[in-house]
Amino acid sequence: MPSIPGVPAKTGDGGDRHVLEVRGLTKHYTVGRVGRRKIVRALSDVNLTVERGEVLALVGESGSGKTTFAQTVSRLERPTAGEILVAGQALPRHLNARRLREHRRQVQMIFQDPYSSLDPFHSIRYSVARPLRSFRIVPRRAVQAEVEQLLDQVGLVPGADFLRRYPHELSGGQRQRVGIARALAARPSLILADEPTSMLDVSIRLTMMNLLLDLQRSRSLSLVFITHDLGGARYVSDRIAIMYAGSILEIGPSSEVMGEPRHPYTQLLREAAPDPESELGQGTRFEGHGDPPDLTTLPPGCPFAPRCPFFKDECDQALPDWREVGTAHRVRCVLYE
Amino acid sequence: MPSLLEISNLTIGYGWRLPPSVIAVRGVSLAVEAGEILGIAGESGCGKTTVALAAAGLLDPPGRVLSGSVRFDGTDLTALSKEDLRRLHLAEISMVFQASMNVLNPVMRISAQFYDAMAAHGVRSSDEARQRAEETFDLVKIPRRFFDAYPHQLSGGMRQRAVIALAIVLRPKLLFLDEPTTALDVVVQRSILQSLDDLRHELGFGIVFITHDLSLLVEIADRIAIMYAGAIVEEAPSRQLYERPEHPYTKALMSAFPPLGGPRVRLSGISGQPPDLRHLWPGCSFAPRCPNVIAGVCEAVAPPEVRASEDHRVVCHLLSPERGNSA
Ligand SMILES: Nc1ncnc2c1ncn2[C@@H]1O[C@H](COP(=O)(O)OP(=O)(O)OP(=O)(O)O)[C@@H](O)[C@H]1O
Ligand SMILES: Nc1ncnc2c1ncn2[C@@H]1O[C@H](COP(=O)(O)OP(=O)(O)OP(=O)(O)O)[C@@H](O)[C@H]1O
Ligand code: SF4
Ligand SMILES: [Mg+2]
Ligand SMILES: [Mg+2]
Repeated sequence: MPSIPGVPAKTGDGGDRHVLEVRGLTKHYTVGRVGRRKIVRALSDVNLTVERGEVLALVGESGSGKTTFAQTVSRLERPTAGEILVAGQALPRHLNARRLREHRRQVQMIFQDPYSSLDPFHSIRYSVARPLRSFRIVPRRAVQAEVEQLLDQVGLVPGADFLRRYPHELSGGQRQRVGIARALAARPSLILADEPTSMLDVSIRLTMMNLLLDLQRSRSLSLVFITHDLGGARYVSDRIAIMYAGSILEIGPSSEVMGEPRHPYTQLLREAAPDPESELGQGTRFEGHGDPPDLTTLPPGCPFAPRCPFFKDECDQALPDWREVGTAHRVRCVLYE
Repeated sequence: MPSLLEISNLTIGYGWRLPPSVIAVRGVSLAVEAGEILGIAGESGCGKTTVALAAAGLLDPPGRVLSGSVRFDGTDLTALSKEDLRRLHLAEISMVFQASMNVLNPVMRISAQFYDAMAAHGVRSSDEARQRAEETFDLVKIPRRFFDAYPHQLSGGMRQRAVIALAIVLRPKLLFLDEPTTALDVVVQRSILQSLDDLRHELGFGIVFITHDLSLLVEIADRIAIMYAGAIVEEAPSRQLYERPEHPYTKALMSAFPPLGGPRVRLSGISGQPPDLRHLWPGCSFAPRCPNVIAGVCEAVAPPEVRASEDHRVVCHLLSPERGNSA
């Protein structure tokens, strides 16, 4: 890992291995008028680590809390409860401006929509130079050269040709490349990519995933890749975490989670995904839909209980503890002892 | 017996003047039988929506049919007046547009939107309308209690089903679905696909299903047509296309989807960009990106349409008889 100016020395145990650790991360939103207030439990007691140089895919249906996870970890949103540790250092609940800036530098986000995540009134040069200036990554006179180099690295070649262009002059894929360059500019240790490919055309998606993988490897970055594309998740990641109604229900090595999904919800996802290799194409019926969860009235135990074909009374008692079902493969479900 | 839908040699341009600045569809021929699902796949901008609009009689200026014909149940749609087309629309031919989750009027109850649509086609009795609409709700598996709801009270998946219900409430013979499930997650998508599959069996209508997601088409469609730069480059029964793709573009498109199983290997996908549809070119439109390009041939001469088997056609020099079918 090359040393990075401005990053405090790592302390605490696990600081070397875990780029990110979250403990009991919880986010509630209050909605509705006074008197009819409801609490949306978007994220409930999430515990997770991301190792140095690892790609973790976070997979779950719409509304399961994936974006909320990224926003609380990057502190665009303040968590309701729980701890966030970056490189072993706990982040105070109340951050002063300096600490918040440093955190936002270390943990960068790439957004889903390359059309709205870039400022239409600023040139590409400005967008990519901004983090370089505000985090003082390179001396003032080196900014231009650094921007060009970053653009080259994300495949906008030659970078110099793109400096004076504006977002509307670029294709969706090119804009997403600018988004990646901007994130890299801050020299983060962790990138949270929130559905970075879902708005892109099929032919560009794979190119984008390959680009992220190459950059992640060459810079020994850690990457959290948020998606609901199961094939894409398996392709980019070392591990997959399955999220449902604000909780992580299964986590493990990617090929294993997709190849032998253990949690009934993961099994449902796997079965539902278009897969020409599966039996489904040959006329097996898919059962087991049901309504997506209402985050204002979650059941006391397993959030998947109301839809689960294997439901037992004990599922409603409490959210099951983590159980090991393989090497580094864990699941929260009473079916596994 | 003629097919339910017969598109022959259709060429469509966009532009107010002649010749139009963009030739979006170039000599497309396709047929759809009653009760059949035809899938159309291809990259963004290859002309999928344009073909569907023209085939549904919904193409508006600056789009215009330059040549070719669209026959629905034996009638040439390109020769019909706007008025005749309007009568046909919804009752005989129906289309669910791209990004249509938001076509429902947000300030109108869903029931009222169904009544309006039906009244426009002569269903005046509100009892009859309600009964038909509720039966359609059952078909797409939306609980009837949502019939009088406002769109925002439904989840995204349910809204999309409501749009499909509206499209089939008059039991059309032909249904166009343009990316109907792209915005939805896999579980919701799967249950909508299942409803559609049941419906075409129960009601016997033909479906043209457009998506860029080939793996999804392999499961739902009976036949798949692959479009590239305005033209069909390959067409075959789904399984055959999946198991024995012949066209280099089809192969590239398939390798752009990371699989859910098997060894994890690096995929290369398709590099480069599709051609600019403002231009014409003499040879194969895929030649600049094709890994198998035959120097001196592909770029210069338009590739022939070749039958790989009776119901499998491919437009590529690699299969041309002069080359001894050495694909
Ligand atoms: N600011 C907010 N106020 C109230 N509720 C919110 C807010 N932000 C998110 N939510 C709710 O929290 C839940 C989780 O939302 P989130 O955006 O994290 O889901 P997601 O997994 O990213 O979904 P998608 O795949 O659709 O992007 C949803 O029910 C959402 O409606
Ligand atoms: N109103 C229009 N005026 C000019 N050109 C148009 C118009 N509509 C479409 N085109 C062009 O025609 C071509 C085909 O567009 P079409 O929308 O049919 O593609 P598509 O395959 O449906 O793409 P997507 O997957 O992005 O929906 C594109 O190059 C597009 O830019
Ligand atoms: S005709 Fe030539 S360039 Fe076109 S797809 Fe076939 S081999 Fe490739
Ligand atoms: Mg999200
Ligand atoms: Mg389209």
